[in-house]
Amino acid sequence: MKARSIAYAGATAVLLALIALAFAVGRYPVSLGELATLAGALLSNAPHDLASNVDTVVLQVRAPRVLAALLVGASLAAAGTAYQGMFRNPLVSPDILGVSTGAALGAVLAIFLSLGALGIQLFAFAGGLAAVALVYGVGSRLRGHDPLLALVLTGVVIGTLLGSAIALLKYLADPYNQLPAITFWLLGSLAAVAPGDLAIAAPFALIGLVPMLLLRWRMNLLALPDDEARALGVNTRRLRAIVVAAATLMTAAAVALSGIIGWVGLLVPHAARLLVGPDFGRLLPLAMLIGAAFLLAVDTLCRTLATIEVPPGVLTALVGTPVFLWLFAVSRRPW
Amino acid sequence: MLAIDNLAFGFPGRSVGRDLSFALADGEILCVLGPNGSGKTTLFRTLLGLLPAQGGSITLDGAALERLPRAAIARRIGYVPQAHAGYFAYSMREMVLMGRTAHLGAFGAPSLRDRALADAALETLGITALAERPFTEISGGERQLTLIARALAQEAQLLIMDEPTASLDFGNQVRVLERLEQLAARGITVLFSTHDPDHAFLCAQRALLLAEGRALALGPPREVIRSDSLERLYGVSVRIVRTDDGAHTCVPSLGRQR
Repeated sequence: MKARSIAYAGATAVLLALIALAFAVGRYPVSLGELATLAGALLSNAPHDLASNVDTVVLQVRAPRVLAALLVGASLAAAGTAYQGMFRNPLVSPDILGVSTGAALGAVLAIFLSLGALGIQLFAFAGGLAAVALVYGVGSRLRGHDPLLALVLTGVVIGTLLGSAIALLKYLADPYNQLPAITFWLLGSLAAVAPGDLAIAAPFALIGLVPMLLLRWRMNLLALPDDEARALGVNTRRLRAIVVAAATLMTAAAVALSGIIGWVGLLVPHAARLLVGPDFGRLLPLAMLIGAAFLLAVDTLCRTLATIEVPPGVLTALVGTPVFLWLFAVSRRPW
Repeated sequence: MLAIDNLAFGFPGRSVGRDLSFALADGEILCVLGPNGSGKTTLFRTLLGLLPAQGGSITLDGAALERLPRAAIARRIGYVPQAHAGYFAYSMREMVLMGRTAHLGAFGAPSLRDRALADAALETLGITALAERPFTEISGGERQLTLIARALAQEAQLLIMDEPTASLDFGNQVRVLERLEQLAARGITVLFSTHDPDHAFLCAQRALLLAEGRALALGPPREVIRSDSLERLYGVSVRIVRTDDGAHTCVPSLGRQR
């Protein structure tokens, strides 16, 4: 009990410190004192005497990016937590049913058709949802197999198909204008997030989160063999459909906002499980805290390490791999 | 309680058994005996509504089983499957607590009363001291006891147990059989399978001998478990010995297999 409270408190403290840091550092440094003054002024709705640059940098430039990192990190971590439990496999990431590949195909298609930023985001979101709908529709009609295995295999096969469609579009794309844009989108980035994008993505992520919170106890039973969960009174088919829909909404919203950022949905649920055990109701909030903190840390590094932006997908792996191996080494708890 | 009439069961496209009829009385212990592959587990899964019946009817408390929602079945029938290792490190207490699911609302989480019932089930099985151990790290016997405790926490009127003594040492086998008797004395009906005919002699009111999915015999153990029926069932030679205090036991004769 005590260790769990420490885990929540620790993760919250780290997250708050990282948020302050993310607002402070960058090409135009803002001191913590200035941040505090600005926050105080905003809360009391009073005017402040800071340079207008500070106002612009913090509220217009950094705030959307910080919020996007929190939203994407928490969403990917939540979806990964749900999927690892449901697929009874700690090596599952939120894109196992093809949501990222579908989103990528949508985004690549939008770039190929020279649509604007909003078009790319909407195509990515729709592509993610459509890919999972296709996988789920086909996979759940393959009777006579283990339902989870049928879903996973359908996801892999259809993911490969979508991957070749992406390859075809890359091959056909204009190598000077479109191909770099496609490559950058596929690497993932939070640099271009505008406040309007956040307003579109956040509601979908929240809608996906609601069933996970409500069903937090039942989620545990999906980790049992199917027969057992059903004998304990769970309609596993319906529950799985709800989880897939919820996790897909969250992941598609995240991917549409940031492009594909790997590792968060795979690694963060592990870390959280090592700290508080597998119970979904305890695991989900901690995974979301850690996911938000992890991606915010990575994104802050991305924009401060060098004069050019480093793609966050590269850094999540660079930071994630050693952290993951360390966690694995020091922990004695099995998954 | 549970009644089946002319039941045919199996997997889609493959028949496993048929022509099975019996009714379970409150507080009765029925022991199912049969060689590997005779359809015991498939029968149990059908009785739990996990597999659709291929013919005949299953009636639970007067209602057709296939019309009952999963939670309604789970409030009446508890299932103790053959022990498995599990995938995630839930503690034994958490595993037992999952038995309360059918009594919770769709969005509910266990209350203090549910936790107390889970703890009482752990206590009944004598595994309270191990309650915080992860299910993935305990022995096969401890897993089996945990799953039985979970079925108790489920507060079902009928327990269906698939070889509940399979991975237990001799002492724990006896303790589980004692527990079954105590449950039956409380009015709970128990349907269990075993590979040891002596278990039927020890605690069952009736034994069902299942051969290739059909009832070879059904009745009080002392009437249906005989040297000739066991020989037909398992293909080995067995003597039934009556001890001085009136108990029955099976003694196989080695080297005389047919």
